[in-house]
Amino acid sequence: MESIRWLLTVAEVEVSERGVSLKSYGALMFQQVPLVEIDGMKLIQTKAILNYIAEKYNLHGKDPKDRVMINMYSEGLMDLMEMIIMVPFSPDPKPKLDNIQSKAKERYLPVYEKALTGPVYLVGGKLSLADVLLVECTLMLEEKFPAILKDFSNIKSFQGRMIQIPAINRFLQPGSKRKPQPDEKYLKNVMEVLQFKLPL
Amino acid sequence: MAQRVVLHYFNGRGKMESIRWLLTVAEVEFDEKFLDTREEYEKLVNDGVLMFQQVPMVEIDGMKLIQTKAILHYIAEKYNLHGKDLKDRVMINMYSEGLMDLMEMIMILPFLPDPKPKLDEIQSKANERYLPVYEKALTGPVYLVGGKLSLADVLLVECTLMLEEKFPAILKDFPNVKSFQGRMIQIPAINRFLQPGSKRKPPPGENYAKTAIENRRINSHEF
Repeated sequence: MESIRWLLTVAEVEVSERGVSLKSYGALMFQQVPLVEIDGMKLIQTKAILNYIAEKYNLHGKDPKDRVMINMYSEGLMDLMEMIIMVPFSPDPKPKLDNIQSKAKERYLPVYEKALTGPVYLVGGKLSLADVLLVECTLMLEEKFPAILKDFSNIKSFQGRMIQIPAINRFLQPGSKRKPQPDEKYLKNVMEVLQFKLPL
Repeated sequence: MAQRVVLHYFNGRGKMESIRWLLTVAEVEFDEKFLDTREEYEKLVNDGVLMFQQVPMVEIDGMKLIQTKAILHYIAEKYNLHGKDLKDRVMINMYSEGLMDLMEMIMILPFLPDPKPKLDEIQSKANERYLPVYEKALTGPVYLVGGKLSLADVLLVECTLMLEEKFPAILKDFPNVKSFQGRMIQIPAINRFLQPGSKRKPPPGENYAKTAIENRRINSHEF
């Protein structure tokens, strides 16, 4: 859900949130969360939700070619963030963390570093879903690997520019809707609601 | 003259099969370059044509596209299979994502040491979580969204045929889905795709997992 919170924040859309309990199961199309109620619909599936919000708030490119670039960049970032999301659910996080760090440095970050040589935004000269996910992702990476951007100066500058955007700046302050990294309580909540046990 | 569409992937279904289905329904001709050896994959990486060093990769309209979902959306939009407005589009996307989740579970099977528990899980999720949704959506309508053929319909045909390969009677309690499938396979392009000799790939045999793993030295969750 965090990517959805980021995108709504950047689009400057007010949200209210409800924690999920077992009672709300019926509203869920595939019995899964995230669920976002918006414009009279109950949307599920993170990517469907992100694409809807991005298109509605003009963060999804001006034509199909821009759109596919945004989608390619976004999918890569979501793959990387998913690896990080899964870490608390594995019995031994160390090999996973090593894998994430090397994939980030060898496979993913070089792509964005190159894309940001010159341009201010990733695609089409304007802010898009891909830029939002890149900020979110780089901040998540730095939480695990503080110096990870040291060889990626374009990305570091990009991150610096993005966090000046007022809506993002506010989101990064204490008291905002941004969620902290997962702790024991969060894991327990997820496992209880979705009724699964570790190891996955 | 338009450039040919070229697909780069293993000679098997995997993540490319949905793209093959969509191009077929859109009546777009395509060529395929199969990764039979590690060297062929390494060449693509060294040539710098794989954005994240991953396949599927599709050459189309002068671009080299990666990421299955980005590719499917591009093709769907180009060939008017992606809804007439934002609300239709999000319905198509929700339905599509669910189907892709289910098909991914089936896709992983050849890479598991013991597929039985996973097969049971797929069958119960299909019966309890996914098929009821499509059964309800097709009570009345001919297509899933907006009264016209879309990406979601293409993926639903693909998925139900894949499910029936594993569980032949799985649609017996889902008559709307079964009728839908019957209508869809009458569409000439789909009908031809289901004949022998088409570009449709068979279910994975023993060598498929071996080749995929050798080529990429991948983990089972990552291809």
